[in-house]
Amino acid sequence: MRVEGRGIVDRNKPLRFRFDGREYEGFRGDTLASALLANGVRLVGRSFKYHRPRGVLTAGSEEPNALVEVIGKSNQTPNVRATMQELFDGLEARSQNRLGSLRHDLLAVNDLVSPFLSAGFYYKTFMWPRAFWEKLYEPAIRRAAGLGRLSGRHDEGVYEKAHAFCDLLVIGAGPAGLMTALVAARSGADVILAEEQPLLGGRLVSDGGVIGGEPAAIWAAGVEAELRSLPNVRIMTRTTVTGAYDHGTYGALERVGLHKAARPNLPRECFWRIVAGRAILAAGALERPIAFPMNDRPGIMMAGAVRTYLNRFGVAAGRRVTLFANTDAARATARELMAAGVEVAAIIDPRPDASSLEDCPVHLGAEVVGSRGRHGLREITVRRGSDEFRVETDCLAMSGGWNPSLHLTCHMNGRPRWSEDLAAFVPMEGAVPGLAAVGAADGNLSTHGALASGKAGAEAALKALGRKVAQAALPAAEDAPYRIAALWSVAGKGRAWLDFANDVTTKDVKLAAQENYRSVEHMKRYTTQGMAPDQGKNSNVAALAVLADATGRSVPETGVTTFRPPYVPVSIAAMGAGGRGMGFAPQRFMTSDQASRDRGAPMIEAGLWYRPSYFPRPGETTWREACDREVLMVRDSVGVADVSTLGKIDIQGPDAARFLDLVYANTFSTLPVGRARYGLMLREDGMVLDDGTTARLAEDHFLMTTTTAAAGLVMRHLDFVHQAFCADWKLRFISVTEAWAQFAVAGPKARALLNSVLDAPVELPFMGVMPVALGGVEARLFRISFSGEEGYEIAVPSRYGEALFRDLLARAETMGGGPYGMEALNVLRIEKGFITHAEIHGRVTAFDIGMEKMVSAKKDCIGKAAAQRPGLNGAEREQLVGLKAAGPINAGAHLFRPGETVERANDQGYVTSVCWSPVLGAWLGMGFLLNGRARLGEHVRLVDHLRGIDILCEVCNPMFHDPEGGKLRA
Amino acid sequence: MPELIAKPACEARPVTLAGAVLAPLDPGPIWSVALYPGGARAAARGLKALGLGFPEPGTWAAKGAARIFWTGREQAFVAGVAPVPVEGAAVTDQSDAWAGVSLSGPGAEAVLARLVALDLRAAAFPEGRVARVGLNHMSAMILRTGAEAFEIYTFRSMARTAWHELTEAMERLEARAGLKP
Repeated sequence: MRVEGRGIVDRNKPLRFRFDGREYEGFRGDTLASALLANGVRLVGRSFKYHRPRGVLTAGSEEPNALVEVIGKSNQTPNVRATMQELFDGLEARSQNRLGSLRHDLLAVNDLVSPFLSAGFYYKTFMWPRAFWEKLYEPAIRRAAGLGRLSGRHDEGVYEKAHAFCDLLVIGAGPAGLMTALVAARSGADVILAEEQPLLGGRLVSDGGVIGGEPAAIWAAGVEAELRSLPNVRIMTRTTVTGAYDHGTYGALERVGLHKAARPNLPRECFWRIVAGRAILAAGALERPIAFPMNDRPGIMMAGAVRTYLNRFGVAAGRRVTLFANTDAARATARELMAAGVEVAAIIDPRPDASSLEDCPVHLGAEVVGSRGRHGLREITVRRGSDEFRVETDCLAMSGGWNPSLHLTCHMNGRPRWSEDLAAFVPMEGAVPGLAAVGAADGNLSTHGALASGKAGAEAALKALGRKVAQAALPAAEDAPYRIAALWSVAGKGRAWLDFANDVTTKDVKLAAQENYRSVEHMKRYTTQGMAPDQGKNSNVAALAVLADATGRSVPETGVTTFRPPYVPVSIAAMGAGGRGMGFAPQRFMTSDQASRDRGAPMIEAGLWYRPSYFPRPGETTWREACDREVLMVRDSVGVADVSTLGKIDIQGPDAARFLDLVYANTFSTLPVGRARYGLMLREDGMVLDDGTTARLAEDHFLMTTTTAAAGLVMRHLDFVHQAFCADWKLRFISVTEAWAQFAVAGPKARALLNSVLDAPVELPFMGVMPVALGGVEARLFRISFSGEEGYEIAVPSRYGEALFRDLLARAETMGGGPYGMEALNVLRIEKGFITHAEIHGRVTAFDIGMEKMVSAKKDCIGKAAAQRPGLNGAEREQLVGLKAAGPINAGAHLFRPGETVERANDQGYVTSVCWSPVLGAWLGMGFLLNGRARLGEHVRLVDHLRGIDILCEVCNPMFHDPEGGKLRA
Repeated sequence: MPELIAKPACEARPVTLAGAVLAPLDPGPIWSVALYPGGARAAARGLKALGLGFPEPGTWAAKGAARIFWTGREQAFVAGVAPVPVEGAAVTDQSDAWAGVSLSGPGAEAVLARLVALDLRAAAFPEGRVARVGLNHMSAMILRTGAEAFEIYTFRSMARTAWHELTEAMERLEARAGLKP
């Protein structure tokens, strides 16, 4: 319920929201948790395993209980911490992990059988029958024990990722962080101040106090105003630094638009990669619960959270509050509640020597040993010595002391140090290079300590950055000692929860120790303590203290488990922002792209490129019809295809020819100027890397063509060979793939078509190269063919690509020709027996594809020695053959001898490419067959179990079409 | 004889969002100069005709319309002028291989921060600097041409993706700017 005159929520801005279908009202500045508490809603969730009723425990990102599903128009986000979800008008949230309603969760039956569900239960119980695990046990367990659900649809939300750089990253904007940022900012350093909450101030916002003689909030506002006025400061609110990585890199998650209803283009979250010269961890401390029996009811909360709800949100967490705490500092919660007019029924302090001077009953040397209230706390049982009595209360504020938020200092495998004074772990200096902790995160739990260590931290960081430190006075502030008597758990009847999020009790930890999971890492995995979304923020230290007790060791001897990034849950959508759908990779478009689409060509992805599959004509209903027509068109008249995606590498220099002799298996130094040659490139291991033609444009100027698939690979290979083996040779090469648009013009009428566009008629022998001009535009003409017909490739600067493509098509169509797509291109080359990367797939040698004679005997080349290893040449190899069949065949099928059983041991080879040949009227294939070249004319059985194909094929020379090459050279 | 119509690598209307202006760019001719071993001195003589020297790594310089920017080890691009004879180096036409855009305004750095993992703060990347760097998934060359001005070059074939990703980043920043603090 609201308390008048308290809190900084804007009571003039009421907001409507829904929880589990019911409408409520809150105010601007509320979180979902504070608004629910203000409306008297205490039961907000069900626990992970036992489905226990749970309420809000904390007021921060460490919340283990109040996890809800937030429902948007197009998405549903599970496991949202109600304590972090800021309220907005129209917010809709739903409780999760329940069957039926939240009040009557049918799975609460788990709680009744909890004695059987202790740690290791699954491991011991669901051993057999083995098959049941996957089919029955696991689905059932997952249904019963789980968290929120996803919508099952794609997350269409907008996410962002970004990079930031600074001299000093300050993590947390409480008193320590503000002081650090102020000193660093005044000193001129580039400062990023990251704060998880929407407001700066940290606990100053909720705890008040006095700094420099004025209210702490006034001091914080003054610092904030100064920081905001400085150009060298970037303040990032709603930003949690989630991980510390190498070289001063930090991950951070910004909740950009989660506090608003979705709007177009507004990112929900942004994942930041921040690179900082130095970083200061001023993340404060987290209050820890006490494991007393039945300590998990709605209404049992952290004392600091109760204080936050009162002072920041103007909400009393209960009408009759009790406090169970073992520090002097926690008493402030009770005093402030009383000052606000909320009844405090009792203070229960386990320390016998603590002060009893309060305006309410104080029970020293006492402990809470039980609680009642099915859906919310009604009553607690207190034990003092041999006395036991009950106190009626609807809210118990508990505090077992504070744990410094040192997680980030452990992200690079550092371990914290145990402080006996604080009964807590504190950061080890230098655990993350360049990162230092200040304030409560370093164990300075007073306001003065925070300010002083913040100032000192800034000064040390500035010094390390080589900057002069500007003056900043240290304001006076409270410096009360932190007196604590450690209290981890309270003995008594009933379960005492350590890890609320994963339902781990003290009994589970003791059981783990008893079953010899005595190492803290083993205990963690056996009990699942610390493995929930809160990653043990609330439970780690207490759990290992209980383990220490159970194993007879001290806490530092027991040690801690490893804190790993992320500090808070990070949605994958934020980390992968922009990568969904078409954002996965850039798209590469050829200059002819629009012209092809205008003709209705379906575009297919070839690597990052988009290429036309075929060009449908009216009346054609299948791709095959279009493809067959295009193939015959090329064979009979002329076809035009964009081949710009092939890699083009410009190679120049006096040693260019020598270099080509080294990287190609065959010789290029003998190639005359004005000619091109087919070349085969081997990897260092002797396998075929790529093939293509290379033209000699001038004595020391070559143009290499690679396949589309291997363009990047070949460039890298050339760089490697050049840098590793011949860096001192006089040659340079650079990619010109993008600079030229290149079109294949193929068919008996190819020359006529070209002559109609070129400024001078073509007179070029097969494999000739010449500069040409089209209307004054300088171009290159190559007489090369991938179709088996008289073929040319004409290259123009890319800016003219679209114009030339459209022009060539129009002219070709007048001549009875037209464009052809990838499907026809593939058929044409299979008919001709030309290979692609379907054949040179990385496991074949020059011998395998029948090109061993191309590996020059007169010179060395990359891969030559390795290609001569035993086993890479001979009858034992699967060799390239053509296949011909009367019915459909398929790539990926395997080959067998007719009559032999179809099994792996009898495998004779496999099929790499197939097509229907409209020219030969048969199904053609290429494949690799054991000793294949010696078996031409034989029949083999082609089997593809996946597609149900089983057919006899004739083994052929792969060059089906025009084997003499008469057409090519026409 | 056909008269071929030239198309620019990047065709789009300028976009102004989030304090930044994105506009297509026509850098004119671009050609690469790659030094042969021992060719630096001879190349310097050739470049001198343009009033340029071979740039230090990560830098660019201009003289009149001519600019030279570092693009790799012993490699630089000259832009804005037709090629001149340069001895001691391989010269290759790159004019049509690249799509250029300019991004300027007070929001330009924030836009690039969404796509580029490099420190582009003025102190670290002042005017006169160039970097070959990833623009999200693409490789790009980025020049700082002014206090609040950058030029970005990507492969011609990727121009649409580059434009799309830059405008998308701008739209998101614009939506952020619409949030009250």
